[in-house]
Amino acid sequence: MQNTTANPSSFTRGEILQPLPPPASLVGPIGWVRANLLSSPLQALLTLVGAYIAYKLVWTFVDFTIIRAVWTGADRDACLDEKVGRSVGACWPFVWAKFGQFMYGFYPVEHRWRVDLTGIIAIALLTPLLIPSVPYKALNAVLFFGAFPILAFNLLYGGSILNPWLVVLGWLAVLAGISLLVAYLMSRAEGGANEFLLKYGAGALAAGVAALLIVRSGMFAVPELPVVETRQWGGLLVTLVVATVGIVAALPIGVALALGRRSKMPIIRFLSVAIIELVRGVPLITVLFFATYMLPLFLERSPDAMVRVLVGVSIFSGAYMAETIRGGLQAIPKGQFEGAMALGLNYPRMMGLIVMPQALKLVIPGIVNAFIGLFKDTTLVSIVAIFDLLGGMRAGFTDPQWASPVTLYTGFAFAGIIYFAFCYFMSRYSIFVENRLNTGRRR
Amino acid sequence: MTDGTLPARGGGAPKVAFFNDPKVRSLIFQGIALALLVFVFYSAASNAVTNLTNQRIAGGFGFLDKTAGFGISQTLIPWAESMSYGRAFVIGLLNTLLVAVVGIFFATILGFIVGVARLSPNWVISKIAYWYVEIIRNLPLLFQILFWYLAVLAAMPTPRNSYSLFGLFFANQRGITVPKPVFEAGSGVIGIALIVGIIAAFLVRSWARKRQAETGQQFPVFATMSGLILGLPILAYLAAGMPVSFDYAQQGRFNLAGGMTLIPEFVALTLALVAYTAAFIGEIVRAGIQAVSHGQTEAGRSLGLAEGRILNLIVIPQALRVIIPPLTSQYLNLTKNSSLAVGIGYPDMVSVGGTILNQTGQAMEIIGMWMACYLTISIVTSVFMNWYNSRIALVER
Repeated sequence: MQNTTANPSSFTRGEILQPLPPPASLVGPIGWVRANLLSSPLQALLTLVGAYIAYKLVWTFVDFTIIRAVWTGADRDACLDEKVGRSVGACWPFVWAKFGQFMYGFYPVEHRWRVDLTGIIAIALLTPLLIPSVPYKALNAVLFFGAFPILAFNLLYGGSILNPWLVVLGWLAVLAGISLLVAYLMSRAEGGANEFLLKYGAGALAAGVAALLIVRSGMFAVPELPVVETRQWGGLLVTLVVATVGIVAALPIGVALALGRRSKMPIIRFLSVAIIELVRGVPLITVLFFATYMLPLFLERSPDAMVRVLVGVSIFSGAYMAETIRGGLQAIPKGQFEGAMALGLNYPRMMGLIVMPQALKLVIPGIVNAFIGLFKDTTLVSIVAIFDLLGGMRAGFTDPQWASPVTLYTGFAFAGIIYFAFCYFMSRYSIFVENRLNTGRRR
Repeated sequence: MTDGTLPARGGGAPKVAFFNDPKVRSLIFQGIALALLVFVFYSAASNAVTNLTNQRIAGGFGFLDKTAGFGISQTLIPWAESMSYGRAFVIGLLNTLLVAVVGIFFATILGFIVGVARLSPNWVISKIAYWYVEIIRNLPLLFQILFWYLAVLAAMPTPRNSYSLFGLFFANQRGITVPKPVFEAGSGVIGIALIVGIIAAFLVRSWARKRQAETGQQFPVFATMSGLILGLPILAYLAAGMPVSFDYAQQGRFNLAGGMTLIPEFVALTLALVAYTAAFIGEIVRAGIQAVSHGQTEAGRSLGLAEGRILNLIVIPQALRVIIPPLTSQYLNLTKNSSLAVGIGYPDMVSVGGTILNQTGQAMEIIGMWMACYLTISIVTSVFMNWYNSRIALVER
């Protein structure tokens, strides 16, 4: 090797040149603009047209909702062009005046604190459930999915404060007692009688029956909240109630139907497939009509209108949920089933301990998406005369006190912002969960 | 253990309690399910009979022959109030199909545009497509239908101040008016020519494919096909002495005269369905195109294919395999979502059926007919799309 630096007469360069920076036209803001906005004449034209459209849309929205908007006033006069003396945008006083109707419907004003309290408890229970790093997830989930629905019913509907709890506990005790007694009978049939099961089974059954009898006797009916009929519910309250009940009921229905669809028993499989395909093949609105008009015919006593709608929504979302969960079940490798069988687990344990936890974890994003879909579909209940947020908004338009050219647009802007905020948050959360659960496959 | 064997259990097969035998167990469970089902059906039926008797409603489909006596704002086949409920329901069904077909057609086009726009190298275009998808997908469909109906179309001018495009199309509060084709005698020839043209075009295509597979020679298939499909009807039109004319709308003093008016309910419903479904189709198209590995495009380039041919011959066929199954669900969703027409009073199957239900109280029959119709539409659509899917699916080994 000849050392080039030692030889001054050499024509070769002695040291490696530092690379030059790339031309200014390829990096930095200019480079970005050239690559992403102006890469060819056609792209430049598209950029201009697109930017103009975007500017028009965003500006129209901002101009209407903020810049030209009216913020205070007592009636329509505040929002009329000729009274204000300029072209008026959104009429926010209309929204303030109708805010109660949009949120609660015709829920009595003096009882609205109950709705607020339910909402606060829901948020307090839900927020830690949604944040992965907060501990006590199991307790939190039991509280949210187990205790909260009873509490919410108690608060929103009213009636006795203690009774619903006693009823639920009583039925749970009866169920536990019966299962223990059946287990005892089976242990006897196999030979060794297990007296322990008999004792506790009989005890639980007795306690449960006692609790139910006490409720029947009306002993704890006294401390009670005044009943607010579901006819008086409305607005965002109904939207949230229908969506939440729908999704909570959809999970067990969906799990049962999904397992039924994969069952080896022909009758059960056929029934599950028939229910799923029948419900998925028709629009939600016909299911709602079915629940509203046909269900009362099939029952001895016609249930409350809200209950009928809830039944319809639950069946509908349950059928869709079944397909989501089936996808999760199909993604579980056969080895997991075989492993469970090799351990000697029976069917409920195999499903409950090994398969379902994995399958459900896989389809959490799907479940969140189902919830978004259900939240949007909730608007359809206004067609069967239940006033959700959208129904409340439409009712608000008819008030002559607020009739003005901009009332309609203000209502749409307000309801649109609420719907969008809820759905957008949920879809972001679904993406967040998806990324978090993706750890196994991420490299 | 003395001899290292297990103690015999009474000889023969191990004894299992009968209720632990899987066969017996599955029989028991199915028996319970069946008994439950029979019980539910029995009690539902007996309650229904009692309730219907109390309400004095006769079951059966006899009511379909009775006079309907209500008006329908859009009919594809002639309608008068003296006609029967059955015909009214058929009109509703046809209106549903009309919205579904028109909606699917435009939603597919707009969806592909949105999907491709989201992948555009142009930042502004891809961001617009992104926000279009986000906003549309996160607002309820009924909200959007009402928005188009109440906020956009209702803000149109009165008929005398209609917006007009080239004097052919007019938009006002009462809908959109377009020229109406008038078919005179001899116009059937054009339809026949169109059918012949389509059949001939497909024959040419399969012939050209076969020839290319055998000899490698290419044939200008697209030009020939469009020539046949468009050219033959035009030739027939000229040959038959121009039997089709258009009835143009005339702007009168107060109203538009002539032409064919699309009622605002139809326009609002179609616009909302198209915009909504297109957002979902856009995402499906994007996922499909992204699923085609970039190596495929590069391989196409290294073969020296032009960009258009890479797209046509390599990327789109592979993307379609990913796109078709979810696209089918979107078509079905659009058809089912058209039932939201009842929210604005477009006379679709649900809306007309609802009116019949309110007048006659025949809830069971009407709801049964709805469900049967929707299920049939769903099955036909998915059978067709599955057939198409199996044609384009990847055949391995």
